Amino acid sequence: MKKTLLVTLQACLLAGIASTAMAADKLVFGIALEPYPPFSFKSGKGEWSGFEPEMITAVCERMKADCSLNEMSWDGLIPALKSQQVDVVLNSLSITPERQQVIDFTQPYFFTRALWIGDRNLELDPTPAGLKGKIIGVQGSTTHAAFVKKYYGETSTIRYYNDQDDILSDLRSGRVDIMLADQLVVEPLLDNPDNSMLASKGVAPLDPLFGDGVGAGVRKGNDALRERLNVALQSLRDDGSYEKIRQRYFKTDISAL
Amino acid sequence: MDFHWLSSFYGELVRGIGLTMQLLLISGFFGFLLAVGVALGRLSKFAVLANGLRFYTSVLRGTPLLVQIYILYYGVGSVFASFPLIRGSMLWPYLREGFWYVAFALTLSVSAYVGEVLRGGLRAVPRGELEAARAYGMRPWLVLRRVWMPRALQMLRPTLAGESVMLLKATALASTVAVTDLLGAANLVRAQTLRVYEPLLVVAVIYIILAIIIEQGFARIGKTPQRQA
Repeated sequence: MKKTLLVTLQACLLAGIASTAMAADKLVFGIALEPYPPFSFKSGKGEWSGFEPEMITAVCERMKADCSLNEMSWDGLIPALKSQQVDVVLNSLSITPERQQVIDFTQPYFFTRALWIGDRNLELDPTPAGLKGKIIGVQGSTTHAAFVKKYYGETSTIRYYNDQDDILSDLRSGRVDIMLADQLVVEPLLDNPDNSMLASKGVAPLDPLFGDGVGAGVRKGNDALRERLNVALQSLRDDGSYEKIRQRYFKTDISAL
Repeated sequence: MDFHWLSSFYGELVRGIGLTMQLLLISGFFGFLLAVGVALGRLSKFAVLANGLRFYTSVLRGTPLLVQIYILYYGVGSVFASFPLIRGSMLWPYLREGFWYVAFALTLSVSAYVGEVLRGGLRAVPRGELEAARAYGMRPWLVLRRVWMPRALQMLRPTLAGESVMLLKATALASTVAVTDLLGAANLVRAQTLRVYEPLLVVAVIYIILAIIIEQGFARIGKTPQRQA
Protein backbone atom coordinates (compact mmCIF):
# COMPACT_ATOMS: atom_id res chain seq x y z
CA MET A 1 0.00 0.00 0.00
CA LYS A 2 2.73 2.34 1.06
CA LYS A 3 4.67 1.47 -2.03
CA THR A 4 1.83 2.15 -4.44
CA LEU A 5 1.32 5.51 -2.79
CA LEU A 6 4.98 6.33 -3.25
CA VAL A 7 4.90 5.31 -6.89
CA THR A 8 1.80 7.35 -7.52
CA LEU A 9 3.43 10.30 -5.82
CA GLN A 10 6.52 9.86 -7.96
CA ALA A 11 4.44 9.65 -11.10
CA CYS A 12 2.62 12.79 -10.14
CA LEU A 13 5.87 14.60 -9.46
CA LEU A 14 7.35 13.51 -12.76
CA ALA A 15 4.23 14.56 -14.61
CA GLY A 16 4.42 17.87 -12.80
CA ILE A 17 8.01 18.43 -13.87
CA ALA A 18 7.24 17.42 -17.43
CA SER A 19 4.31 19.82 -17.63
CA THR A 20 6.33 22.74 -16.27
CA ALA A 21 9.06 21.98 -18.77
CA MET A 22 6.51 22.06 -21.55
CA ALA A 23 4.91 25.19 -20.18
CA ALA A 24 8.31 26.89 -20.16
CA ASP A 25 8.53 26.33 -23.87
CA LYS A 26 5.34 28.22 -24.48
CA LEU A 27 6.41 31.85 -24.58
CA VAL A 28 4.14 34.85 -24.84
CA PHE A 29 5.60 37.96 -26.44
CA GLY A 30 3.98 41.32 -25.73
CA ILE A 31 3.60 43.63 -28.72
CA ALA A 32 2.22 47.17 -28.94
CA LEU A 33 -0.85 47.73 -31.09
CA GLU A 34 0.18 51.25 -32.08
CA PRO A 35 1.69 51.04 -35.58
CA TYR A 36 5.43 51.66 -35.38
CA PRO A 37 6.79 50.96 -38.86
CA PRO A 38 9.20 49.61 -39.86
CA PHE A 39 9.68 47.97 -36.44
CA SER A 40 6.23 46.54 -35.93
CA PHE A 41 2.95 47.14 -37.73
CA LYS A 42 -0.03 45.19 -38.95
CA SER A 43 -0.40 44.62 -42.67
CA GLY A 44 -3.69 45.33 -44.40
CA LYS A 45 -4.69 41.70 -43.83
CA GLY A 46 -4.19 42.05 -40.09
CA GLU A 47 -0.94 40.07 -39.94
CA TRP A 48 2.00 41.37 -38.00
CA SER A 49 5.00 42.40 -40.01
CA GLY A 50 8.10 44.48 -39.49
CA PHE A 51 11.59 44.05 -38.14
CA GLU A 52 10.54 42.96 -34.67
CA PRO A 53 7.82 40.41 -35.48
CA GLU A 54 10.38 38.80 -37.82
CA MET A 55 13.01 38.87 -35.09
CA ILE A 56 10.53 37.25 -32.69
CA THR A 57 9.86 34.46 -35.20
CA ALA A 58 13.59 33.96 -35.81
CA VAL A 59 14.46 33.96 -32.10
CA CYS A 60 11.70 31.45 -31.36
CA GLU A 61 12.93 29.15 -34.11
CA ARG A 62 16.40 29.21 -32.57
CA MET A 63 15.03 28.54 -29.09
CA LYS A 64 12.64 25.86 -30.42
CA ALA A 65 9.91 27.54 -28.41
CA ASP A 66 6.21 27.77 -29.10
CA CYS A 67 5.63 31.51 -29.21
CA SER A 68 2.48 33.58 -29.36
CA LEU A 69 1.86 37.34 -29.48
CA ASN A 70 -0.22 39.23 -26.96
CA GLU A 71 -1.31 42.61 -28.30
CA MET A 72 -1.73 45.60 -26.02
CA SER A 73 -1.07 49.32 -25.82
CA TRP A 74 2.56 50.39 -25.74
CA ASP A 75 2.49 51.75 -22.21
CA GLY A 76 0.92 48.53 -20.96
CA LEU A 77 3.85 46.35 -22.05
CA ILE A 78 6.01 46.59 -18.94
CA PRO A 79 3.05 46.26 -16.53
CA ALA A 80 1.97 43.16 -18.50
CA LEU A 81 5.46 41.74 -18.17
CA LYS A 82 5.48 42.37 -14.43
CA SER A 83 2.05 40.82 -13.92
CA GLN A 84 3.02 37.66 -15.88
CA GLN A 85 0.63 38.26 -18.77
CA VAL A 86 3.59 38.11 -21.15
CA ASP A 87 7.06 36.59 -20.84
CA VAL A 88 9.11 38.69 -23.23
CA VAL A 89 8.82 42.18 -24.71
CA LEU A 90 10.84 42.46 -27.89
CA ASN A 91 9.34 45.73 -29.06
CA SER A 92 11.66 48.74 -29.35
CA LEU A 93 12.28 48.93 -25.62
CA SER A 94 15.39 51.05 -24.99
CA ILE A 95 17.57 49.84 -22.15
CA THR A 96 17.34 52.60 -19.54
CA PRO A 97 18.25 52.64 -15.83
CA GLU A 98 14.59 53.30 -14.87
CA ARG A 99 13.36 50.28 -16.78
CA GLN A 100 16.24 48.15 -15.47
CA GLN A 101 14.90 48.73 -11.98
CA VAL A 102 11.69 46.89 -12.84
CA ILE A 103 12.67 44.44 -15.60
CA ASP A 104 15.80 42.73 -16.96
CA PHE A 105 17.13 43.14 -20.49
CA THR A 106 18.93 40.92 -22.98
CA GLN A 107 21.88 42.20 -24.97
CA PRO A 108 20.87 45.07 -27.28
CA TYR A 109 19.65 43.90 -30.69
CA PHE A 110 19.73 47.34 -32.29
CA PHE A 111 20.76 50.94 -31.67
CA THR A 112 19.04 54.11 -32.77
CA ARG A 113 19.27 57.88 -32.35
CA ALA A 114 16.56 60.45 -31.71
CA LEU A 115 15.64 62.88 -34.50
CA TRP A 116 13.95 66.29 -34.42
CA ILE A 117 11.24 66.86 -37.03
CA GLY A 118 9.64 70.20 -37.81
CA ASP A 119 8.06 72.36 -40.50
CA ARG A 120 10.29 72.45 -43.59
CA ASN A 121 9.99 76.24 -43.89
CA LEU A 122 10.69 77.10 -40.28
CA GLU A 123 14.16 77.77 -38.95
CA LEU A 124 14.25 75.76 -35.74
CA ASP A 125 17.33 75.36 -33.60
CA PRO A 126 16.67 72.26 -31.47
CA THR A 127 18.55 73.45 -28.40
CA PRO A 128 16.74 74.40 -25.17
CA ALA A 129 17.42 78.08 -25.96
CA GLY A 130 16.31 77.74 -29.58
CA LEU A 131 13.03 76.04 -28.67
CA LYS A 132 12.14 78.47 -25.89
CA GLY A 133 8.37 79.00 -25.85
CA LYS A 134 7.81 76.40 -28.57
CA ILE A 135 5.56 73.37 -28.33
CA ILE A 136 7.35 70.01 -28.43
CA GLY A 137 5.46 66.80 -29.16
CA VAL A 138 6.68 63.41 -27.88
CA GLN A 139 5.24 59.97 -27.28
CA GLY A 140 4.50 59.63 -23.56
CA SER A 141 6.29 56.53 -22.35
CA THR A 142 9.47 56.86 -24.40
CA THR A 143 13.05 57.80 -23.67
CA HIS A 144 12.40 60.85 -25.88
CA ALA A 145 9.81 62.07 -23.39
CA ALA A 146 12.27 61.67 -20.50
CA PHE A 147 14.93 63.59 -22.46
CA VAL A 148 12.62 66.43 -23.45
CA LYS A 149 11.17 66.72 -19.95
CA LYS A 150 14.63 67.04 -18.40
CA TYR A 151 16.24 69.54 -20.77
CA TYR A 152 13.27 71.41 -22.26
CA GLY A 153 10.61 71.12 -19.53
CA GLU A 154 11.34 74.52 -18.00
CA THR A 155 11.39 76.62 -21.15
CA SER A 156 9.17 74.86 -23.69
CA THR A 157 5.65 73.43 -23.61
CA ILE A 158 5.65 69.64 -23.91
CA ARG A 159 2.71 67.70 -25.34
CA TYR A 160 2.61 64.01 -24.50
CA TYR A 161 0.88 61.72 -26.99
CA ASN A 162 -0.05 58.05 -26.91
CA ASP A 163 0.48 57.50 -30.57
CA GLN A 164 3.16 58.72 -32.93
CA ASP A 165 0.65 59.21 -35.76
CA ASP A 166 -1.20 61.75 -33.62
CA ILE A 167 1.98 63.79 -33.13
CA LEU A 168 2.66 63.79 -36.87
CA SER A 169 -0.92 64.85 -37.55
CA ASP A 170 -0.68 67.70 -35.04
CA LEU A 171 2.75 68.65 -36.40
CA ARG A 172 1.32 68.90 -39.93
CA SER A 173 -1.58 71.03 -38.71
CA GLY A 174 0.79 73.28 -36.78
CA ARG A 175 -0.44 72.48 -33.28
CA VAL A 176 3.02 71.27 -32.37
CA ASP A 177 6.15 73.11 -33.49
CA ILE A 178 8.63 70.25 -33.38
CA MET A 179 8.70 66.58 -32.45
CA LEU A 180 11.39 64.26 -31.14
CA ALA A 181 11.17 60.64 -32.21
CA ASP A 182 13.11 57.56 -33.18
CA GLN A 183 15.26 58.33 -36.21
CA LEU A 184 14.81 54.88 -37.75
CA VAL A 185 11.04 55.26 -37.49
CA VAL A 186 10.42 58.83 -38.57
CA GLU A 187 13.06 59.28 -41.24
CA PRO A 188 11.31 56.92 -43.71
CA LEU A 189 7.99 58.64 -42.93
CA LEU A 190 9.41 61.93 -44.25
CA ASP A 191 9.36 60.43 -47.77
CA ASN A 192 5.59 60.04 -47.48
CA PRO A 193 3.90 62.75 -49.64
CA ASP A 194 1.58 63.60 -46.72
CA ASN A 195 4.61 64.77 -44.80
CA SER A 196 6.16 66.83 -47.59
CA MET A 197 5.96 69.98 -45.45
CA LEU A 198 8.08 68.36 -42.73
CA ALA A 199 11.85 68.03 -42.58
CA SER A 200 14.59 66.83 -40.27
CA LYS A 201 15.89 69.42 -37.81
CA GLY A 202 18.88 67.39 -36.74
CA VAL A 203 19.77 64.42 -34.55
CA ALA A 204 19.57 64.88 -30.78
CA PRO A 205 22.88 64.55 -28.93
CA LEU A 206 23.76 61.27 -27.22
CA ASP A 207 22.46 61.19 -23.68
CA PRO A 208 22.23 58.56 -20.93
CA LEU A 209 18.47 59.21 -20.86
CA PHE A 210 18.17 57.63 -24.31
CA GLY A 211 19.46 54.40 -22.83
CA ASP A 212 22.00 51.95 -24.04
CA GLY A 213 20.58 50.33 -27.14
CA VAL A 214 17.35 48.41 -27.48
CA GLY A 215 16.97 44.96 -25.92
CA ALA A 216 14.31 42.39 -25.20
CA GLY A 217 12.79 42.72 -21.74
CA VAL A 218 12.05 39.81 -19.40
CA ARG A 219 10.75 39.66 -15.84
CA LYS A 220 13.27 40.51 -13.18
CA GLY A 221 15.21 37.44 -12.11
CA ASN A 222 14.13 35.31 -15.07
CA ASP A 223 17.79 34.69 -15.91
CA ALA A 224 17.20 31.35 -17.63
CA LEU A 225 14.95 32.91 -20.26
CA ARG A 226 17.20 35.94 -20.61
CA GLU A 227 20.19 33.67 -21.28
CA ARG A 228 18.24 31.61 -23.84
CA LEU A 229 17.25 34.80 -25.63
CA ASN A 230 20.83 36.07 -25.53
CA VAL A 231 22.12 32.85 -27.05
CA ALA A 232 19.46 32.96 -29.76
CA LEU A 233 20.14 36.62 -30.56
CA GLN A 234 23.88 35.97 -30.73
CA SER A 235 23.46 32.97 -33.04
CA LEU A 236 21.24 35.05 -35.35
CA ARG A 237 23.97 37.67 -35.50
CA ASP A 238 26.75 35.11 -36.02
CA ASP A 239 25.24 33.28 -38.97
CA GLY A 240 24.03 36.39 -40.80
CA SER A 241 20.28 35.82 -40.29
CA TYR A 242 20.04 39.07 -38.34
CA GLU A 243 21.69 40.94 -41.21
CA LYS A 244 19.20 39.44 -43.70
CA ILE A 245 16.18 40.53 -41.66
CA ARG A 246 17.73 43.95 -41.06
CA GLN A 247 18.28 44.57 -44.77
CA ARG A 248 14.60 44.03 -45.48
CA TYR A 249 13.67 47.03 -43.32
CA PHE A 250 16.66 49.35 -42.94
CA LYS A 251 19.19 50.77 -45.36
CA THR A 252 21.82 51.36 -42.70
CA ASP A 253 23.52 49.11 -40.17
CA ILE A 254 21.66 49.29 -36.86
CA SER A 255 23.61 46.67 -34.94
CA ALA A 256 25.91 49.30 -33.42
CA LEU A 257 25.94 53.07 -32.93
CA MET B 1 3.41 51.35 -2.76
CA ASP B 2 5.97 53.96 -3.59
CA PHE B 3 5.26 57.67 -3.72
CA HIS B 4 8.78 59.01 -4.24
CA TRP B 5 7.82 60.19 -7.69
CA LEU B 6 5.58 62.86 -6.10
CA SER B 7 8.58 65.15 -5.58
CA SER B 8 9.70 65.10 -9.23
CA PHE B 9 6.20 65.24 -10.75
CA TYR B 10 4.71 67.66 -8.24
CA GLY B 11 4.68 70.52 -10.78
CA GLU B 12 2.86 68.45 -13.40
CA LEU B 13 0.18 67.40 -10.91
CA VAL B 14 -0.42 70.95 -9.70
CA ARG B 15 -0.62 72.23 -13.28
CA GLY B 16 -2.96 69.31 -14.02
CA ILE B 17 -5.29 70.32 -11.19
CA GLY B 18 -5.20 73.90 -12.53
CA LEU B 19 -6.18 72.79 -16.04
CA THR B 20 -8.95 70.52 -14.74
CA MET B 21 -10.36 73.39 -12.64
CA GLN B 22 -10.17 75.79 -15.60
CA LEU B 23 -12.05 73.33 -17.81
CA LEU B 24 -14.64 72.85 -15.08
CA LEU B 25 -15.20 76.56 -14.42
CA ILE B 26 -15.13 77.75 -18.04
CA SER B 27 -17.46 75.08 -19.38
CA GLY B 28 -19.64 75.18 -16.26
CA PHE B 29 -20.15 78.96 -16.52
CA PHE B 30 -20.72 79.27 -20.26
CA GLY B 31 -22.58 75.98 -20.38
CA PHE B 32 -25.03 77.20 -17.76
CA LEU B 33 -25.65 80.48 -19.61
CA LEU B 34 -26.39 78.51 -22.79
CA ALA B 35 -28.53 76.07 -20.81
CA VAL B 36 -30.81 78.91 -19.65
CA GLY B 37 -31.30 79.83 -23.31
CA VAL B 38 -31.93 76.20 -24.26
CA ALA B 39 -34.46 75.71 -21.45
CA LEU B 40 -36.39 78.90 -22.24
CA GLY B 41 -36.30 78.12 -25.96
CA ARG B 42 -37.65 74.64 -25.34
CA LEU B 43 -40.55 76.18 -23.36
CA SER B 44 -41.19 78.84 -25.98
CA LYS B 45 -44.42 79.05 -27.95
CA PHE B 46 -42.50 79.21 -31.24
CA ALA B 47 -42.59 75.65 -32.54
CA VAL B 48 -39.56 76.11 -34.80
CA LEU B 49 -37.40 77.25 -31.89
CA ALA B 50 -38.70 74.62 -29.49
CA ASN B 51 -38.32 71.76 -31.98
CA GLY B 52 -34.94 72.98 -33.19
CA LEU B 53 -33.64 72.99 -29.64
CA ARG B 54 -35.14 69.58 -29.00
CA PHE B 55 -33.13 68.29 -31.95
CA TYR B 56 -30.00 70.07 -30.63
CA THR B 57 -30.43 68.43 -27.23
CA SER B 58 -31.03 64.99 -28.74
CA VAL B 59 -27.93 65.19 -30.90
CA LEU B 60 -25.65 66.35 -28.08
CA ARG B 61 -27.04 63.91 -25.56
CA GLY B 62 -27.10 61.09 -28.07
CA THR B 63 -23.43 61.11 -29.06
CA PRO B 64 -20.53 60.15 -26.78
CA LEU B 65 -18.64 63.16 -25.48
CA LEU B 66 -15.39 61.55 -26.59
CA VAL B 67 -16.69 61.37 -30.17
CA GLN B 68 -17.65 65.06 -29.99
CA ILE B 69 -14.17 65.99 -28.74
CA TYR B 70 -12.51 63.98 -31.51
CA ILE B 71 -14.76 65.52 -34.18
CA LEU B 72 -13.94 69.01 -32.92
CA TYR B 73 -10.23 68.48 -32.36
CA TYR B 74 -9.19 66.20 -35.22
CA GLY B 75 -11.98 67.21 -37.61
CA VAL B 76 -12.81 70.90 -37.24
CA GLY B 77 -9.37 71.69 -35.83
CA SER B 78 -7.59 70.22 -38.85
CA VAL B 79 -9.88 72.11 -41.21
CA PHE B 80 -8.91 75.34 -39.43
CA ALA B 81 -5.26 74.41 -39.79
CA SER B 82 -5.54 74.01 -43.57
CA PHE B 83 -6.45 77.70 -44.03
CA PRO B 84 -3.30 79.87 -43.94
CA LEU B 85 -5.52 82.84 -43.09
CA ILE B 86 -6.61 81.20 -39.85
CA ARG B 87 -3.15 79.84 -39.14
CA GLY B 88 -1.69 83.32 -39.43
CA SER B 89 -4.43 84.99 -37.41
CA MET B 90 -4.32 86.25 -33.84
CA LEU B 91 -6.72 83.48 -32.79
CA TRP B 92 -4.42 80.68 -33.88
CA PRO B 93 -2.55 80.40 -30.54
CA TYR B 94 -5.96 79.49 -29.06
CA LEU B 95 -7.24 77.43 -31.99
CA ARG B 96 -4.16 75.21 -31.94
CA GLU B 97 -4.67 74.28 -28.28
CA GLY B 98 -6.56 71.07 -27.52
CA PHE B 99 -7.75 72.79 -24.34
CA TRP B 100 -10.19 75.11 -26.11
CA TYR B 101 -11.71 72.29 -28.16
CA VAL B 102 -12.36 70.32 -24.98
CA ALA B 103 -13.73 73.41 -23.23
CA PHE B 104 -16.06 74.04 -26.19
CA ALA B 105 -17.26 70.42 -26.33
CA LEU B 106 -17.90 70.41 -22.57
CA THR B 107 -19.78 73.72 -22.79
CA LEU B 108 -22.10 72.33 -25.46
CA SER B 109 -22.60 69.17 -23.45
CA VAL B 110 -23.50 71.13 -20.31
CA SER B 111 -25.90 73.30 -22.29
CA ALA B 112 -27.79 70.21 -23.49
CA TYR B 113 -27.90 68.26 -20.23
CA VAL B 114 -28.47 71.18 -17.86
CA GLY B 115 -30.86 72.76 -20.38
CA GLU B 116 -33.15 69.75 -20.06
CA VAL B 117 -32.82 69.76 -16.27
CA LEU B 118 -33.65 73.47 -16.12
CA ARG B 119 -36.64 73.02 -18.40
CA GLY B 120 -38.03 70.46 -15.97
CA GLY B 121 -37.34 72.75 -13.01
CA LEU B 122 -38.95 75.77 -14.65
CA ARG B 123 -42.06 73.77 -15.43
CA ALA B 124 -42.29 72.57 -11.85
CA VAL B 125 -42.65 76.09 -10.41
CA PRO B 126 -46.32 76.46 -9.39
CA ARG B 127 -48.29 78.61 -11.85
CA GLY B 128 -49.88 80.50 -8.96
CA GLU B 129 -46.52 81.99 -7.94
CA LEU B 130 -45.87 83.26 -11.45
CA GLU B 131 -49.39 84.68 -11.68
CA ALA B 132 -48.90 86.40 -8.33
CA ALA B 133 -45.64 87.92 -9.57
CA ARG B 134 -47.37 89.16 -12.70
CA ALA B 135 -50.20 90.54 -10.60
CA TYR B 136 -47.62 92.69 -8.83
CA GLY B 137 -46.97 94.23 -12.22
CA MET B 138 -43.64 92.51 -12.94
CA ARG B 139 -42.52 92.36 -16.57
CA PRO B 140 -41.73 88.84 -17.91
CA TRP B 141 -37.97 89.41 -17.56
CA LEU B 142 -38.35 90.49 -13.95
CA VAL B 143 -40.63 87.50 -13.21
CA LEU B 144 -37.94 85.23 -14.62
CA ARG B 145 -35.16 86.90 -12.64
CA ARG B 146 -36.90 87.36 -9.30
CA VAL B 147 -39.32 84.43 -9.07
CA TRP B 148 -39.27 81.81 -11.81
CA MET B 149 -35.52 81.08 -12.08
CA PRO B 150 -34.69 81.35 -8.35
CA ARG B 151 -37.53 78.97 -7.46
CA ALA B 152 -36.49 76.50 -10.15
CA LEU B 153 -32.82 76.64 -9.17
CA GLN B 154 -33.67 76.08 -5.54
CA MET B 155 -35.58 72.94 -6.39
CA LEU B 156 -32.85 71.74 -8.73
CA ARG B 157 -29.93 72.30 -6.38
CA PRO B 158 -29.15 68.62 -5.74
CA THR B 159 -29.49 67.79 -9.45
CA LEU B 160 -27.22 70.68 -10.45
CA ALA B 161 -24.64 69.57 -7.88
CA GLY B 162 -24.73 66.12 -9.48
CA GLU B 163 -24.37 67.58 -12.97
CA SER B 164 -21.34 69.59 -11.79
CA VAL B 165 -19.66 66.49 -10.41
CA MET B 166 -20.39 64.72 -13.71
CA LEU B 167 -18.77 67.65 -15.51
CA LEU B 168 -15.69 67.39 -13.28
CA LYS B 169 -15.31 63.76 -14.25
CA ALA B 170 -15.95 64.48 -17.91
CA THR B 171 -12.97 66.88 -17.97
CA ALA B 172 -10.73 63.80 -17.72
CA LEU B 173 -11.41 63.20 -21.43
CA ALA B 174 -9.11 66.17 -22.13
CA SER B 175 -6.14 63.86 -21.62
CA THR B 176 -7.04 62.09 -24.88
CA VAL B 177 -6.13 65.12 -26.99
CA ALA B 178 -2.72 65.78 -25.43
CA VAL B 179 -3.98 68.18 -22.76
CA THR B 180 -2.09 67.42 -19.55
CA ASP B 181 -5.00 67.77 -17.14
CA LEU B 182 -5.09 65.87 -13.86
CA LEU B 183 -5.52 62.48 -15.53
CA GLY B 184 -3.01 63.46 -18.22
CA ALA B 185 -0.48 64.19 -15.47
CA ALA B 186 -1.14 60.78 -13.91
CA ASN B 187 -0.66 59.09 -17.27
CA LEU B 188 2.62 60.93 -17.68
CA VAL B 189 3.82 59.74 -14.28
CA ARG B 190 2.74 56.21 -15.15
CA ALA B 191 4.61 56.31 -18.41
CA GLN B 192 7.79 57.78 -16.99
CA THR B 193 8.07 55.90 -13.70
CA LEU B 194 6.48 52.60 -14.79
CA ARG B 195 4.38 52.74 -11.62
CA VAL B 196 0.84 51.71 -12.45
CA TYR B 197 -1.39 52.17 -9.42
CA GLU B 198 0.07 54.91 -7.26
CA PRO B 199 -0.41 57.83 -9.70
CA LEU B 200 -3.97 56.69 -10.45
CA LEU B 201 -4.75 56.42 -6.74
CA VAL B 202 -3.39 59.92 -6.12
CA VAL B 203 -5.51 61.50 -8.85
CA ALA B 204 -8.57 59.49 -7.81
CA VAL B 205 -8.23 60.98 -4.33
CA ILE B 206 -7.82 64.49 -5.81
CA TYR B 207 -10.96 64.01 -7.94
CA ILE B 208 -12.89 62.87 -4.86
CA ILE B 209 -11.73 65.93 -2.90
CA LEU B 210 -12.78 68.24 -5.75
CA ALA B 211 -16.17 66.47 -5.97
CA ILE B 212 -16.73 66.90 -2.23
CA ILE B 213 -15.87 70.60 -2.50
CA ILE B 214 -18.44 70.96 -5.28
CA GLU B 215 -21.13 69.12 -3.32
CA GLN B 216 -20.44 71.15 -0.18
CA GLY B 217 -20.42 74.36 -2.19
CA PHE B 218 -23.84 73.61 -3.65
CA ALA B 219 -25.17 72.63 -0.22
CA ARG B 220 -24.14 76.00 1.18
CA ILE B 221 -25.07 78.52 -1.51
CA GLY B 222 -28.60 79.85 -1.64
CA LYS B 223 -29.61 77.94 1.45
CA THR B 224 -33.00 79.52 2.05
CA PRO B 225 -35.19 77.33 4.18
CA GLN B 226 -38.34 76.09 2.50
CA ARG B 227 -41.14 78.18 3.93
CA GLN B 228 -44.12 76.32 5.23
CA ALA B 229 -47.29 77.52 3.57
